[in-house]
Amino acid sequence: MRYSGLKVITEGLFGNKGWKPAWRDPAPKAEYDAIIIGGGGHGLATAFYLAKNHGLTNVAVLEKGYIGSGNIGRNTTIVRANYFLPGNSEFYSHSLKLWEGLEAELNYNVMHSQRGLINLFHSDGQRDAFARRGNAMINQGDDAILLDREGVREHLPYLDFEQTRFPIYGGLLHPRGGSARHDAVAWGYARGADRRGVDLIQNCEVTGIDIENGVVKGVQTSRGAIRAKKVAIIVAGRSSQVAAMAGMRLPIESHVLQAFVTEGLKPVINHVVSFGMGHFYISQSDKGGLVFGGDLDFYASYASRGNLPMVEHVMEAGMTLMPMIGRAKVLRSWGGIMDMSPDGSPIIDKTHVEGLFIDCGWNYGGFKAVPASGWCMAHLMATGESHEVARKFRLNRFATGHLLDEEGTGSQHNLH
Amino acid sequence: MRLKCPLCGERDRREFHYYGAEDYLHRPEVDAEPAAWDNYLHLRDNPAGMTRDLWYHEAGCAQWLLVTRNTVTHEISAVELVAERAK
Ligand SMILES: Cc1cc2nc3c(=O)[nH]c(=O)nc-3n(C[C@H](O)[C@H](O)[C@H](O)COP(=O)(O)OP(=O)(O)OC[C@H]3O[C@@H](n4cnc5c(N)ncnc54)[C@H](O)[C@@H]3O)c2cc1C
Ligand SMILES: [Zn+2]
Repeated sequence: MRYSGLKVITEGLFGNKGWKPAWRDPAPKAEYDAIIIGGGGHGLATAFYLAKNHGLTNVAVLEKGYIGSGNIGRNTTIVRANYFLPGNSEFYSHSLKLWEGLEAELNYNVMHSQRGLINLFHSDGQRDAFARRGNAMINQGDDAILLDREGVREHLPYLDFEQTRFPIYGGLLHPRGGSARHDAVAWGYARGADRRGVDLIQNCEVTGIDIENGVVKGVQTSRGAIRAKKVAIIVAGRSSQVAAMAGMRLPIESHVLQAFVTEGLKPVINHVVSFGMGHFYISQSDKGGLVFGGDLDFYASYASRGNLPMVEHVMEAGMTLMPMIGRAKVLRSWGGIMDMSPDGSPIIDKTHVEGLFIDCGWNYGGFKAVPASGWCMAHLMATGESHEVARKFRLNRFATGHLLDEEGTGSQHNLH
Repeated sequence: MRLKCPLCGERDRREFHYYGAEDYLHRPEVDAEPAAWDNYLHLRDNPAGMTRDLWYHEAGCAQWLLVTRNTVTHEISAVELVAERAK
């Protein structure tokens, strides 16, 4: 069923009785050409582009819970292309371009809103670093504007400019940055993949990977064995467990990241704003809730909830930056399990097992990467070659010393 | 979350700085193979369940602690001094 404005109006007139489920609920077949383990944003996008770009439709996505139960439905939805290092820069630039055509491509309203992202800076040194980053973004073909303090005041008059600890010197504005509705991205890709023939199999946990003489043969699941010549591991925070089924030890440590949302308010925050010194960032959802978050809880964790010290820290940072939000009531907080890599950059690569691929290491920036990750992973699985914008995301770069440490914080998983 | 430091007793999580997995205690020799360094710096078992990792009692006795805990429940079952262990 194609969605359209006309369809919404006619359904509204006739009691909304004509809507159909957005995707089928098939039983797993005995064999597929390709299996994707993990029905998060990256797994679904990979399935979609395998079908759309490469004509591979005999594909199954195996999800242990339900579509959207992982980080794809838990993140704070910032979409941006403000990376600096060659390797990252072209990849996120490609992703942002895909975002800009995504709704038409999927025939689905993902509420992508390019409201502008402002990263604040608080010292001369930080200004220099941001100017340099802005130039790198412009060289990549994306947009960046360096704002001084008055420039920031024009956009964000409600900030506390007089604070003494971290006075605001200015900000880097990325006008094409913004946000989107996370669930809709999962649902849009799921529906698009399903319509092209991909089987989305929920409540199907992969418990083993079958390998014979170094070649992948299929997987064992809670719903029986399924054969396939190509298998992709795309399970975010659970990457280490699934890769261990193929005898791999990954450069990944799982950490919990929290997020918060307030009651719905009238429009007050028009941009996405980040306050690096206080570890705080915020935007307002289309429903009106202020959506905000901060840093990791910092210790390895698989609990999808956080600890109170980070709650307190995030609230303090928010109050330091914009005291006006102090009376908003926080409705909910939650956590998601992040696949942290030692350099903060992802992995899209083959493995030592023929036919087995891996896509992981998204840290806390994997939402904006969903379109390009799916695009490049599908390219790799279909052609056997890395896509040109993902060619540096190699699994062996840690062993060879070719790290992509965007923030320059060193080889420690929780510092990115 | 609270950790029971062997020297200071039970203290709030905020007094401690987290470093990472126990692997950091097994530093290779300077002339070891690159694979050994990769193993030490980057590769992790990353268990969902019992793990052992290093915490520093920053706002307390300034000792490095080896903590045995569960990454799913956040339950802590043992805290030892790294200095004692190295003997
Ligand atoms: C609080 C928070 C805020 C964030 N904010 C942002 C942001 O503002 N911008 C941004 O770009 N990124 C952000 N991120 C990061 C982003 O959400 C993730 O990097 C990204 O969603 C991870 O990829 P995914 O969608 O495929 O993961 P997931 O949705 O977690 O998908 C992985 C799936 O694999 C399934 N799975 C696991 N094991 C198995 C198995 N054995 N068998 C079958 N299935 C299995 C899981 O059930 C899960 O559904 C944030 C994350 C969090 C938690
Ligand atoms: Zn102590």
